[in-house]
Amino acid sequence: MKSSITVKRALAPRTTVRAALAPPAAILTALVITWQVAVTAGGVQPAILPSPQRILQQGWQARATIWENTLPTLQETFLGFAVSLTVAWTLAILIDFSLGLRRALVPLLVASQAIPIIAIAPLMVIWFGFGMLPKVIVIALVTFFPVTVGLIDGFNRTDRDAINLLRSMGANRWKQFVYVRLPSALPSFFTALRIGIAYAVTGAIFAEYVGAERGLGIYMAMMKNSFRTDLVLAAVAVTAFVSVCLFLLTYVAERAIIPWHSKERRSRHG
Amino acid sequence: MAEMTTPKIELRAIRKSFALSRGQVRPVLDDITFSAQPGEFVAVIGPSGCGKSTMFNIMAGLEGASSGELLVDGDVITGQHEHCAYMPQKDLLFPWRSILENTSLGLEVAGETKKAARARAASLFAAFGLSGFEDAYPFELSGGMRQRAALLRTVVQGRDVLLLDEPFGALDSLTRTDMQSWLQGVWSQNAWTAVLITHDIREAIYLADRVVVLSPRPASVRLNLTIDLPRPRGLSMTTSAEFAEYERTLLATLHEETLSSRKP
Repeated sequence: MKSSITVKRALAPRTTVRAALAPPAAILTALVITWQVAVTAGGVQPAILPSPQRILQQGWQARATIWENTLPTLQETFLGFAVSLTVAWTLAILIDFSLGLRRALVPLLVASQAIPIIAIAPLMVIWFGFGMLPKVIVIALVTFFPVTVGLIDGFNRTDRDAINLLRSMGANRWKQFVYVRLPSALPSFFTALRIGIAYAVTGAIFAEYVGAERGLGIYMAMMKNSFRTDLVLAAVAVTAFVSVCLFLLTYVAERAIIPWHSKERRSRHG
Repeated sequence: MAEMTTPKIELRAIRKSFALSRGQVRPVLDDITFSAQPGEFVAVIGPSGCGKSTMFNIMAGLEGASSGELLVDGDVITGQHEHCAYMPQKDLLFPWRSILENTSLGLEVAGETKKAARARAASLFAAFGLSGFEDAYPFELSGGMRQRAALLRTVVQGRDVLLLDEPFGALDSLTRTDMQSWLQGVWSQNAWTAVLITHDIREAIYLADRVVVLSPRPASVRLNLTIDLPRPRGLSMTTSAEFAEYERTLLATLHEETLSSRKP
């Protein structure tokens, strides 16, 4: 123990990506097969419920159009989420430093979540037109709350004894924040980020649905109006795929930014 | 001899009470007076919940006292935090910092450059049996090593007095004995002044030059016992007749305190 240079890493074997993906993939495949069989056997009209095979076929044929509409949706999602993160961090830090601001802002934050987006989104089109801005606002509005709350909660979850230790070292409030509260909050931040990103794509689709020049949302609306149920569902599948990719991306970011978190967790539960 | 020199740290009639609801007041510390000479190791024992942690918070400058004075080198420093380095019960090593970064934290907070702080902390790693673990993360270390790292983080700050709050309380008894004899060893080679809170009578006798016994809450000093055992102390000393005599005295004082506190 005294002078051994090698550090023993008591890590549990990592679950491989394949092992993590296999069970959901199996369930998904089973569902799709059931769907295919039911539609074929029941003779359901494609305009009512197309078979997965048809969705795939038609979706592939329309891939250029779908891709053209996916890009603006992605753009809006990233931009809206960036605005959302900026707002969330600013609010959470302000609230962490000021009890007065906490009392003033937290009720308003909660109230902001009572705004029915479904009623506001069409107004956004009237106010801001068919461009990017109303989408960015809707996405930011639906996603900033979970992230802000996650951050505030994360800052507050800092060990009181750790704060006292820092105080005994002579750390002022700012240093306490930088050295302990901020890093302590990062695991909760990433949890909140996952909740936020899950809402972000749906938020974008919704904002487009009520009025846009391009995007998956308006594409779905138009296809619905021309009874192309298959292409609506193809766009839905693309949306789901994009959401899952963004969700997984948060894990990549988490590993990169707070590598200590997963290592420590694994060593504790290993 | 103790009366001749200025104590390194001195508590003079420290009292502390907390306000409860409806104007009631709960006294926690009642006239705490004791001191530690430069280089002296003082252990404080008392029944659990007697207010030892409050006393430490006051010494570390984290809380104010209701009345009384805290002196370092003869100067009143009540409410200041620059004089005592505090080692809490939990090791509180941060998982996002390597061991070297954890141990140099206090110096960094005090405004030293990262490089200088880390160099100073690194120079102590050998003495603390942590060589080779500079870049390891806390979760990779055993409980005993984590406590040594926490102590290094405390010592390296170069403060006047070390406040050790049950540093070995969470360790298993074998590791604990190891740590006590290790601490006893590094102690004899350094001129640190320390106050140790413990509820382990044997730990107090083995490590300390003097043992202060506190009464149940509101705490006051009931016994101030000088431990006149030669240093360096080996583990065999813990089975000697003198050691047993000290143990008997402290046990009797504590026991009497606990009994009297149960009376209506």
